[in-house]
Amino acid sequence: MSAQKRIAKELAEVTSNPPAGMIIGLVDESNVHNWDITMDGPEGSPYVGGKFKLLLTLPVEYPFKPPTINFKTRIWHPNVTFDEQGSMCIGILKGDTWKPSSRIMNVLIATQNLLIEPVPDDALETSSAELFKNNRPLYEKEAKKYTAQYAIGK
Amino acid sequence: MDSEDDFMSGLSSEEDNVLQDESDDEGSADDFGFDEPEPDPDVSQKGTVQKKKRSFDINFKVYHPGDIQAQQDELINEVNMILDIRKEDAAILLRHFRWNKERLIEDYMDRPKKVLESAGLGPSTSGPPKLEVIPGFTCDICCEDEAGLESFAIKCGHRYCVNCYRQYLNQKIKEEGEAARIQCPQDGCNRIIDSRSLDVLVTSDLQQRYHDLLTRTYVEDKEYLKWCPAPDCENAIECGVRRKDLDKVVPTVTCDCKHRFCFGCILADHQPAPCDLVKKWLKKCADDSETANWIAANTKECPKCNSTIEKNGGCNHMTCRKCKHEFCWMCMGLWSEHGTSWYNCNRFEEKSGSDARDAQAKSRVSLERYLHYYNRYANHEQSAKLDKDIYQKTEKKMIQLQTASGMSWIEVQYLNSASQALQTCRQTLKWTYAFAFYLARNNLTAMFEDNQKDLELAVEALSEMFEKPVTELADTKLKVEIMDKTSYCNKRRVILLQDTADNLANGVWSWSISF
Ligand SMILES: [Zn+2]
Ligand SMILES: [Zn+2]
Ligand SMILES: [Zn+2]
Ligand SMILES: [Zn+2]
Ligand SMILES: [Zn+2]
Ligand SMILES: [Zn+2]
Repeated sequence: MSAQKRIAKELAEVTSNPPAGMIIGLVDESNVHNWDITMDGPEGSPYVGGKFKLLLTLPVEYPFKPPTINFKTRIWHPNVTFDEQGSMCIGILKGDTWKPSSRIMNVLIATQNLLIEPVPDDALETSSAELFKNNRPLYEKEAKKYTAQYAIGK
Repeated sequence: MDSEDDFMSGLSSEEDNVLQDESDDEGSADDFGFDEPEPDPDVSQKGTVQKKKRSFDINFKVYHPGDIQAQQDELINEVNMILDIRKEDAAILLRHFRWNKERLIEDYMDRPKKVLESAGLGPSTSGPPKLEVIPGFTCDICCEDEAGLESFAIKCGHRYCVNCYRQYLNQKIKEEGEAARIQCPQDGCNRIIDSRSLDVLVTSDLQQRYHDLLTRTYVEDKEYLKWCPAPDCENAIECGVRRKDLDKVVPTVTCDCKHRFCFGCILADHQPAPCDLVKKWLKKCADDSETANWIAANTKECPKCNSTIEKNGGCNHMTCRKCKHEFCWMCMGLWSEHGTSWYNCNRFEEKSGSDARDAQAKSRVSLERYLHYYNRYANHEQSAKLDKDIYQKTEKKMIQLQTASGMSWIEVQYLNSASQALQTCRQTLKWTYAFAFYLARNNLTAMFEDNQKDLELAVEALSEMFEKPVTELADTKLKVEIMDKTSYCNKRRVILLQDTADNLANGVWSWSISF
């Protein structure tokens, strides 16, 4: 059994009708397992105005195992590691929540929502999570600063 | 999801009462012996009962794999009869309720619908589970839609092709070790795949693994049951000591495979030290592996006679205790070449001021204290390690002794007893040093250390006798001495453990740190 059909179908779905503010394609036309995503920083978040490049990787076991998402553009966010990896932690991508019928479309929407509403209790970066919880204005200021530094006009 | 969380947490808080009830039930069954004669004592054996003897002994039972299966079957049958539901459903409900039968029955009586729903057994479309070929079906997972594609759905109706279903289960069972709570593959559907459906779907090579995992949940869900941690041992131990009791008691159990371990933390026998202390001590030992570096940095060999010298205080003027050679700590050069009066090697002056030296002296005191206990702890651990193949060694010795002395196999058994006493006592002694490290200084501690010293001396004496060559062991006088010393060691160990356990139970130890 191969997942090619499933992946092709999902790719067609999201490229023809992507979530608002997203451009989706393959990194390399010959490999359907690596998707290239450009996401606008969503309205109502301190990331607005930024353009974030993401890499979505489908494991060979897809859809029985969840995809992974990495921010290629640096982002200062409680649930994304502030390094070259840009690893993201999100509920739907966890092994015990992911189901083989879960859709990449939903992963992308969840990612967008995560920028609007971080989940500090699931944080990968404690410093931004602390600020998000205890000093929202400062959190917004820092996030805007890093967005300007890494994600605007690049 | 929220309601389920509440539901589960409510469950655990009431577990106490239920467990209490259960053990009472068992007691009365034994007392009145109303059970019918057992058809096969091996299969239905209820486990070995360990009767309480000394204050540091605790009650526990050993269960073999067959016992564990029988216990589950019994509960499933009971629920099947009382609630009049299928055995498959009873099993799912019991696993969902973490095998808390009373709680399940009570909740089910109150609100059966909600209970079934929460366990993934909501309203059914009836009929036994089977694979079906449905015209026009497209599998949402693989997107295949070929004619004749077999598909399957559990009661929620979410239908997938049999290939996807099997791959999904394969991953859950084989890789993730799940069995009792595998959910429908549908995104967001919490319904649990029941065992009859799994029987239809799980390929034969996975059946064994699947059933093993189901059995394991039974033990893992119960706080009073734990697997014996010995490699390849499949037994479980039942013990009523709870997590909250662990500051009062060190629940040490012995599996039928002979492995002795702590029921509280699963580590090998660590009497008399309580679990929390053991955890702290082991962490300290791991953290202080830099102690070795400290020793390296703070001891040097005398440049003349090579004996090890520890640096004292901040002064670099070293005098070897053994050969009286005087030298400079920093450059290892002759002290006389550094001139007269208060001369310090400048390399030292550059590095550290007097503050640093004071701090070093202070941490040194606590480090020395730690090393005092650690060395003794490590020494017994090391001796125990050296005795790893003691059984073979002892056996060999016993055979040699038979030849040398003409004693019978029974008559040389005293060597076996001696070697076992050495092992057990060293294990105890080892942990007395971790225990003592955390004790505050007072009369009780002084008494403890007296007991410790008695045991230590006895063990070393026995060890020395035990190591004697076979020619000397053939002497009957030595045999009597060894037998006496063996029983003395065992007695001293019991006294020490008894005292310590009593004081622990009464909460009278005072500690140098808080736990
Ligand atoms: Zn399929
Ligand atoms: Zn379902
Ligand atoms: Zn065992
Ligand atoms: Zn323990
Ligand atoms: Zn010397
Ligand atoms: Zn010098």
